[in-house]
Amino acid sequence: MFASLNEKLEAVFKRLKGKGFLTSGDIDIAMKEIRLALLEADVNFKVVKGFVERVKVKSLGAQVLESLTPGQQVVKIVNDELCLLLGAENEKIRLSPNPPTVVMMAGLQGSGKTTTTAKIALHFKTQGRRPMMVAADLQRPAAIDQLITLGKQIGVPVFFSKEEKNPVKVCRDAITVAKKEARDIVFVDTAGRLHIDDELMGQLKDIKDAVLPTETLFVADSMTGQDAVNIAHTFNERIGVDGIVLTKMDGDARGGAAISIREVTGKPIKFIGTGEKIDMIEPFYPERIASRILGMGDVLSFIEKAQQTFDEKDAEKFKDKLLTDSFTLDDLRDQLSKIRSMGPIQNLLNMIPGFNRMKGVEVDEKQFVRIEAMINSMTKKEKRNPDILNGSRKIRISKGSGTTVADVNRLLKQYKDMKKMMKMFKGKKGFKMPDFMPF
Amino acid sequence: MGFVDSLKTGLKKTREALFMDVETLFSGKAVTEETIEAFEEILFTSDIGVKSTTEIIEGLKEEYKAGKIKKTDDIKVFLKSTMTAILGMPQPFVLYRERPFVVFCLGVNGVGKTTTIGKLAMKAVSEGHSVILAAADTFRAAAIEQLDVWATRAGASIVKHQHGSDPAAVAYDAVEAAKARGIDLVIVDTAGRLHTKTHLMEELKKIKRVIGKSVPGAPHETLLVLDATTGQNALSQAKLFNEAVGVTGIALTKMDGTSKGGIVLAIKKELNIPIRLIGVGEKIGDYQDFIPGEFASALFD
Repeated sequence: MFASLNEKLEAVFKRLKGKGFLTSGDIDIAMKEIRLALLEADVNFKVVKGFVERVKVKSLGAQVLESLTPGQQVVKIVNDELCLLLGAENEKIRLSPNPPTVVMMAGLQGSGKTTTTAKIALHFKTQGRRPMMVAADLQRPAAIDQLITLGKQIGVPVFFSKEEKNPVKVCRDAITVAKKEARDIVFVDTAGRLHIDDELMGQLKDIKDAVLPTETLFVADSMTGQDAVNIAHTFNERIGVDGIVLTKMDGDARGGAAISIREVTGKPIKFIGTGEKIDMIEPFYPERIASRILGMGDVLSFIEKAQQTFDEKDAEKFKDKLLTDSFTLDDLRDQLSKIRSMGPIQNLLNMIPGFNRMKGVEVDEKQFVRIEAMINSMTKKEKRNPDILNGSRKIRISKGSGTTVADVNRLLKQYKDMKKMMKMFKGKKGFKMPDFMPF
Repeated sequence: MGFVDSLKTGLKKTREALFMDVETLFSGKAVTEETIEAFEEILFTSDIGVKSTTEIIEGLKEEYKAGKIKKTDDIKVFLKSTMTAILGMPQPFVLYRERPFVVFCLGVNGVGKTTTIGKLAMKAVSEGHSVILAAADTFRAAAIEQLDVWATRAGASIVKHQHGSDPAAVAYDAVEAAKARGIDLVIVDTAGRLHTKTHLMEELKKIKRVIGKSVPGAPHETLLVLDATTGQNALSQAKLFNEAVGVTGIALTKMDGTSKGGIVLAIKKELNIPIRLIGVGEKIGDYQDFIPGEFASALFD
């Protein structure tokens, strides 16, 4: 949908190739593009203005590195500056020396507080802590039920009262119970409220004064537009915010709101929510958001995910197999299951630069399941030597895997093509096999 | 409180922040390039987007060069009329003759679908219509309970299944029940979903197909709920939901904050989907028909 800033700048600078320095004329053109790209990514207008000024100063007279084109050089400066603005990576939630640590969640309606509360509670539970959640959203119908259900899902107790009308009282009681039960971390899920709602903002302050949270997290929707500055500023001013959680990062929003919120609050982004499933929350890495805002994809996340799944030894073994031509259907199945364990394929593909803007590219997850089922329906002998597969064997396999003979044939053809391609690689001198190669 | 008043109250703070500068600086004074830039900023900060803002401002600059813009007020008049022209005639939500009239509600997570449905139901009931709500958000924890509360508040019936059941089946049962009982309006609530999740969009298509099987021609209104706080991504949402199930109207929620929801301008311009109504609060009556001229005025007065 949008050309990435990288591409735009490349076009602008094409004719400047080979220049050693950026002239002020070049920079003015570049700054115009940067300004529009940031605005398109929902970075606030005033924030963009200040940002572009800073980048301009840094770009003036900057020497173009040998390996870069002038366009890339400017993108690098922009990227570095964005990272600087986004702050240090992976800032953790501070824990109180006198447990329980109390974490209060605050934000607008629909920003994802309740889901995020459960996600972070689970995160701490898997680290061996004893979390508790408090249903302090007495405003939205069934908000208490939602937290109770989530609590059951993740095995974390929820403190609630369906009779009490005063959230401050609920929170106070919750802390008493948490202490009694020796809970070491308590998450308070408050009702969503508008930053300009005086009464409800006052109530939030009262809750804060009652529970004295170790951390107050501002939960913000990554799709938020220009108004992110006003919202974040007001919450920070009235309640005091210690950290930020960006939600719904699994969509296609550029997430420029992250920049706006950082700029006006100066508070670190601690987590990002990346999916509807209850374990889909990740620590924050500035480079990733920066490259996403610039439309350069989330390559780092992709590589990291791949690295987690394919350890080096595996990769080495796989490479050997490919090169010695002993790649069997068993190996293919192993590779596929590893890729699948990296998460939904579509999520992975979306991290690849440009991919999220490619239309009509859809991955059928079921296809992977089918392939695995077909390979699992083969005998050892067949897997080692697929050439022996005759008609009746194919019928057996298709029945065993709930597929058709045509599916089996397609798989075999793909497998053969794959082997053929590998042979070609082998023949080429100086070809470097990638460290991980799905297929 | 009328449309303009509630909008104005909502937009007061932003307007103070933005327009104070503009008006104190430029009011009544001769227009300069600087004045135009100040208005460009207003458009940008209203989330109207780069493309639409650039086009509107280009038009303004042409008028300015042609000598037709002399005072700040001329700029306001020009911008208001340009924006109103883009937004077109008012096309509020109306229950037409079909019975049951089926409304299919969709949107990403947290935009206020259930609340909007509650308000729509309340309005319809108060106008003497019978209403069934279909709890087809079977995914999110306690979504069914939330809709149940709204149904009780509004005096509407509800059709619900177990958490985790097939949403299409819920929608089908609701529409069938409406036919059997001679109900006027069915509103189908769906789980919030990001428009980029292909399998979830497929699910929506299925729900729509199933509704159409029960009542030919239904759903009569496919209402996309958008959060006014959302920036440029709302355009992407509108595009993809529209491609999947054909959106016939937009409900713009959370207009009681300081966000202006300007992105609907870009949506109307690019996709020609009318904005039917706006949400201006959490109370049951906080629902207004969308009136383009007044929406544009609220941004500039």
